[in-house]
Amino acid sequence: MALVLNEEQAMLKEAAAGFLAEKASIKQLRELRDSGSEQGFSSDVWGEMAQMGWAGIAIAEEFGGLGYGYTGLGLVLEQAGRNLSASPLQSTVLVAATLIAELGSQEQKQKLLPAIAAGELLATLALQEGGHHAPLQTAASAVRDGDGFVINGGKLMVLDATSAATFIVIARSGGTAGDEQGLSAFLVDAGADGLKVEQRSLVDSRNVGALILDNVRVSSANLLGAEGQAWPGLSRTLDIANIGLAAELLGLSAEAFERTVAYLKERKQFGRVIGSFQGLQHRAAELFAELELGRSIVLQALHAVDDGQADLALMASAAKAKLCEVAQRASNEAIQMHGGIGMTDEYDIGFFIKRARVAQHTFGDYNYHLDRFAQLNGF
Amino acid sequence: MSDLEQFRQETRSWLEENCPASMRTPSKGFDDLYNGGRNPEIDHPDQKIWCDRMAARGWTVPHWPKEYGGGGLDKDELKILRQEMAAITARSPLDSFGISMLGPALLQFGTEEQKLEHLPKIARGEIRWCQGYSEPNAGSDLASLATKAEDKGDHYLINGQKIWTSYADKADWIFCLVRTDNSGSKHEGISFVLFDMASPGVTTRPIKLISGSSPFCETFFDNVKAYKTNLIGEEGKGWAIAKYLLTHEREMISGFGAAPKKSVGQMALETMGSDASGRLANGVLRQTIAQYQLDTLVFGATMARVGDEAKAGQGLGAASSIFKYYGTELNKRRNELNLAALGEQALGWDGDEYRGGVISRDWLRSKGNSIEGGTSEVQLNIIAKRVLGLPDA
Repeated sequence: MALVLNEEQAMLKEAAAGFLAEKASIKQLRELRDSGSEQGFSSDVWGEMAQMGWAGIAIAEEFGGLGYGYTGLGLVLEQAGRNLSASPLQSTVLVAATLIAELGSQEQKQKLLPAIAAGELLATLALQEGGHHAPLQTAASAVRDGDGFVINGGKLMVLDATSAATFIVIARSGGTAGDEQGLSAFLVDAGADGLKVEQRSLVDSRNVGALILDNVRVSSANLLGAEGQAWPGLSRTLDIANIGLAAELLGLSAEAFERTVAYLKERKQFGRVIGSFQGLQHRAAELFAELELGRSIVLQALHAVDDGQADLALMASAAKAKLCEVAQRASNEAIQMHGGIGMTDEYDIGFFIKRARVAQHTFGDYNYHLDRFAQLNGF
Repeated sequence: MSDLEQFRQETRSWLEENCPASMRTPSKGFDDLYNGGRNPEIDHPDQKIWCDRMAARGWTVPHWPKEYGGGGLDKDELKILRQEMAAITARSPLDSFGISMLGPALLQFGTEEQKLEHLPKIARGEIRWCQGYSEPNAGSDLASLATKAEDKGDHYLINGQKIWTSYADKADWIFCLVRTDNSGSKHEGISFVLFDMASPGVTTRPIKLISGSSPFCETFFDNVKAYKTNLIGEEGKGWAIAKYLLTHEREMISGFGAAPKKSVGQMALETMGSDASGRLANGVLRQTIAQYQLDTLVFGATMARVGDEAKAGQGLGAASSIFKYYGTELNKRRNELNLAALGEQALGWDGDEYRGGVISRDWLRSKGNSIEGGTSEVQLNIIAKRVLGLPDA
């Protein structure tokens, strides 16, 4: 697939840019934060997104989706990054729907995917347990009990935790920490006995929570995929999730950069605009180069998903590592080049660095993915 | 059989019949490429035979029009020719600045007469060209060049000095930037002229680099005659041609950013070994190599994206402005990592045990990549001003 947008994709990108700038802007994020919203996004705006088909953008048409593929979803996520739009696009559309499509039985897919595509069901992955993304270290346990399983453990960084109706909990039904074998995925209802959902407040003001699973019983029908065999589908889902997050980080970084360049052209010191100083010009030019590189790898990685390329894992870690690096630099430079005003809460630029670090951390940061990139390259 | 399929068959059998066996081996590097000229440097007699045979079909410059010595091939035919040559690992028959730099500029800016005079000789490898751009006091600030061209009716009288002239001591002709007018801004009054390096008053002196040898020369002009029939474009409007030509040069140099055949990571693994988890034994070096390989992959994706965008008719976007800067910086990083990964082996300067010091010499030579053809700092200035629209100081 050529590394250019086709007409349909270009239109989608434009539509997303227009809608999100109007309905899910930084202004709205600020209002949600200041009003202490627990949900962290607007249900009305999410309803409109679903009406436009975004909730099912990457879901196959046979399950009620648009079948636009992940390149389409990536374009929307990029625009969401630009506007810092809060919505369940990441938790439900990018991650949960993908994992269900990867692991679910025909029956499970028929039940869950159309509901997600219609914007009626919010679902989310419960995976991380410690301070870092380390999926194979999963210690939450799932023990067979009669017709079902009993799950025990704790989960962190669960996106949209307090809004989700369904959790996909990863637990170990066999093997030991570090093993790919033995990981299972379970559908757990938000109201299940023994499940406690706690809201957590992170720097980006999004809806993130923790789960405590205390003897939560689920039936075998709630097993997503074969017992102990969740890893291949989960691993592929995490690759796709990281490519989607890289797309969001691209939009976020590009917007922070463009705002910064605009500020360099307007702020005057020593009798001239600070953008005329070579010390700042070269840093801006280097950042521009890094952003252009980031744009290329995101597009190539999104195509790798849609084309079913065999090197998906490598492309995912390359895209996420590169965009973590770009976003870190773009958001740090944004604050520094804005100077004092960049440190104030009243000015919007600070929202970019906050969301950047959470998105960078989610499903593995720069260190995780650069290490994995090296391993996948054989060293 | 389609026309293209027929073209492929014919090309295949022609190459099979005409490409000498010795020209089906990869060249060892820059040094044994065939550059043509009045007194060609020939490492193997087949080089000239191969070049002459290809030139007779116009295939030394297959995409140029036939009337100028080219093959007149369209994009699809060109692709087929390249594929068929690659299939038998046929060497490029002729590599020259005439083909890569002057030719495109002549095709764009030359008169019909000038094209007919010079292009066929480039195509046949008869005349070898060099580029007279930089001067001792006009490096990054190229437009401040001072080599003087005095109007003498049918010709100019040229006096001055050029520096960093690649292969000036081996070239037959030069395409040269000279100052025909001093009265306006520095970008005005520059003219683009061609003249014979065998003209009275031309002397050259090779420059030895930190890497031991080099293609570069100092070039001196003492009352050299350049005929006005060889003025390209209008008098005083040579800067536009110079810039056009520089974009071709930058594209050529940015190719240095491509990934090497054996990855640096693999090379380091062979020399330093791995730990129990299969990771390169030195974690610090491992990280630096991983960063380099990541950027190489991502740079490749950018070259592909810009190529696809150009094919889709979107033109060379802003991204292409980063090629020269990023490609050469990557090449410097790779060469530093060669030293880090190979240690003592990479520090050898001479002798068979160090393959003649190829690694250290390449490393030293790479330092020039971000200086020649516009320094990295000049590239960043261009991005800041032309792409980002930041104002002058």
